[in-house]
Amino acid sequence: MKTKGLLGGAPLSDRLLSVIVYVFVIFVMIATLYPFLNVFALSFNDSVDSVRGGITIFPRDFTWENYKVIFSFSGLITGFKISVLRTVAGTVVGLISASMLAFTLSRPDFQGRKFVSVFLALTMYVSGGLIPVYFLIRDLHMMNTFWVYILPGLVSAFNVFVIRSFMDGIPFALQESAKLDGANDFTIYWRIILPMSKPALATIALFLAVGQWNSWFDTYLYNGSSEALTTLQFELMKVLQSTTSGNNVDIHNSNMTQMMSTVSPESVKMAITIVVTVPILLVYPFLQRYFVKGMTLGAVKG
Amino acid sequence: MKAVTTSVQQQTRKLKRERNFWRTAIRNKYLYMMSLPFIIWVFVFSYYPLWGWTMAFQKYKPAKSFGEQDWVGFDQFKTLFQDDTFYLVMRNTLAMSFMGIIAGFAVPIIFAVLLNEVRSMAFKRFAQTISYLPHFVSWVVVAGIVTKMLSADHGTVNEILMWLGLIDQPIQFLAHGHYFWGIITISDVWKEMGWNTIIYLAAIAGISQEMYEAARVDGANRIKQIWHITLPGIRSTIVILLIMSIGHLIQIGFEKQFLLGNNLVRDYSQVLDLYALEYGLQLSRYSFGTAVNIFNSVVSIILLFTANGLFKKITKESIM
Repeated sequence: MKTKGLLGGAPLSDRLLSVIVYVFVIFVMIATLYPFLNVFALSFNDSVDSVRGGITIFPRDFTWENYKVIFSFSGLITGFKISVLRTVAGTVVGLISASMLAFTLSRPDFQGRKFVSVFLALTMYVSGGLIPVYFLIRDLHMMNTFWVYILPGLVSAFNVFVIRSFMDGIPFALQESAKLDGANDFTIYWRIILPMSKPALATIALFLAVGQWNSWFDTYLYNGSSEALTTLQFELMKVLQSTTSGNNVDIHNSNMTQMMSTVSPESVKMAITIVVTVPILLVYPFLQRYFVKGMTLGAVKG
Repeated sequence: MKAVTTSVQQQTRKLKRERNFWRTAIRNKYLYMMSLPFIIWVFVFSYYPLWGWTMAFQKYKPAKSFGEQDWVGFDQFKTLFQDDTFYLVMRNTLAMSFMGIIAGFAVPIIFAVLLNEVRSMAFKRFAQTISYLPHFVSWVVVAGIVTKMLSADHGTVNEILMWLGLIDQPIQFLAHGHYFWGIITISDVWKEMGWNTIIYLAAIAGISQEMYEAARVDGANRIKQIWHITLPGIRSTIVILLIMSIGHLIQIGFEKQFLLGNNLVRDYSQVLDLYALEYGLQLSRYSFGTAVNIFNSVVSIILLFTANGLFKKITKESIM
């Protein structure tokens, strides 16, 4: 009953809440976007002029020079190629393996499904750790090969479970009637279940692609000495670390120092950051509808 | 006589079951063909490395074969628990973990509740799309951006603080250890805040609209509605996520610490995984590094079971 006394005040407190809501949300939007816009502006600004400071979200002295310089650097071109290649290959192979395994696990008449589920779920919590895995990769002769980008992360339990819980929702009667028409299980998977699972597949494809595109530690650990197998993220990481004081890694790169003589390392960093970020920007907003659904599904069932 | 018949019956039943088993297995041969390669794969890449744990009980020398290694029992663990660095590393790991849990829960919940109060659907969607962006960029990029923003050389944060008159001189944020935990926590919140609201917004969407209507009829204003309906409505989601995060208390990853840390802040940036990486691979003390890995895994499993037990008690359900 004490709310009655607030009748006159209610609209005011509601209006106040609206103000707080919009102020907070807009603050979050600015805090999220501003750093990207600032880096974007700096990447197009003349590197001598940038040193003066004061650049916000527009370049003051517009130039393509920073991008020209980074794209003349061979490591970046190789890195770009390898990053694209591993993203495409890793996504395709990862989607096929996760969906195939998910399909078998979604079949009530598959005898091993309980065992396989537990076998798979355990991998989310127990891992041999960095050093045993490092030795395994070495013993399998995967050091300094492209395979190290694709094979170790091929099956992810989380991805399998997200796809499985989606497939569980597809009526089993569909599969039974296809069976009566003489289709085998592989045909059912390929022709019926896969096309119907598009929303889940889109989510997982995005996760896989982003994961591949963003990886740098596998390059650092396994392919650090192989220039032909470098990735964009690793190149960016090297530039960032080489100019920080007291850095973790010691990298001397003659190519890089030559490059630094024409434009400042700061501008180079900004330009590479943009090159690394833009492909993601172009993709994720269009898949938002799917990954929001996929995340909710995975969190509830997983 | 009777006993013989029952045992015969049992045997025929068993035979029948076995035959049925094989018949189903043959009928499902494609299912086996489609799963077996991946099961073998999981074994090789996820289970086989556990064999490597034996290294922690040896004085491992890469040149020797398994039979020739010197077995040292728990010596590596003794060394580990006597190492002062280990305690420093644990302090850093736990400190960043707890700060991460507190900020990583509070901020997304507040953001989700406030976003839910936005009446314009178009604006809400736009705000969400923007807030997801940092989740999709790598820690390498985020580390670069954070370094730029915090730079003493016209970094945005320093410029704002100077403009507000809070400081007279730019601060070298990344060169002082006592800022490091805060920087990691804030960077993490900046990167994952939007993404982590997804789950809370889904939970809020599941709250019945009738409850809000009833509250409005009773004269509750929007703040009261948030307090008495929205927050209690997502309480179970919050509890589940909190408990699940206990399992990852010491597995906080190392990317952000690796990328943002430097020698000047080592005493604050070194975490368990980095410690294993440095001793195990960079200094080639493989057995010692593996012991750190084992410690990490074993503690995580204990925490996971604790979390699961807690969860069972509260919800009568199990997450595992």
